[in-house]
Amino acid sequence: MILLSFIGYVLIILGSIFLLLGSLGIVRMPDLYNRIQAGTKATTLGALSAIIGVGLVEPSWFFKTLIIAVFIVLTNPIGSHSIARSSYKRGLKPVITSEIDEYDEENLTDERSDSA
Amino acid sequence: MLNLVFILIFLSIVFGAYRFIKGPSSSDRVVALDTLTTIVSVALVVGSLFFKNYILLDISFVFAALSFTSVIVIARYLEGGKS
Repeated sequence: MILLSFIGYVLIILGSIFLLLGSLGIVRMPDLYNRIQAGTKATTLGALSAIIGVGLVEPSWFFKTLIIAVFIVLTNPIGSHSIARSSYKRGLKPVITSEIDEYDEENLTDERSDSA
Repeated sequence: MLNLVFILIFLSIVFGAYRFIKGPSSSDRVVALDTLTTIVSVALVVGSLFFKNYILLDISFVFAALSFTSVIVIARYLEGGKS
């Protein structure tokens, strides 16, 4: 039981460090899309680790913490995808422009008409 | 042991609030809002361990559900156009 509590506290501290890194990435990243990556991936991992850690420290709460962790893991990527899609449709361009933009619909139709 | 965790969570809330206030476009503010709500949800779960009060777990679950709904609604509103 002491070993389980120790693993739980280690997971909580690791998760809070990941939360701090993700929040620091929001401040430091140069671009909106990079900020979405840093602010969603690292925060999801940190939240998963910290909540499962709380469930390991108090084993009678483990089922409820597992429900919260599964809910956050399921819903956080949907929110980040929706933010990225809306900001692309509003016309925000990335800082580092790549040559291939597969989401751009006009170029896609042009390539299809060229190949056909 | 948990005081260190609360210090780290407070620092991350400060960084997220900086981007939430300063963000150049409104999409940056939505990203900062998404991150801040996840951090506050984790802070509620850790607080339930700190105060030995299991009702904060239910509050954290409802808070996560409401924050997910608000982020989706604001993102769909910023997208604009016809629905």
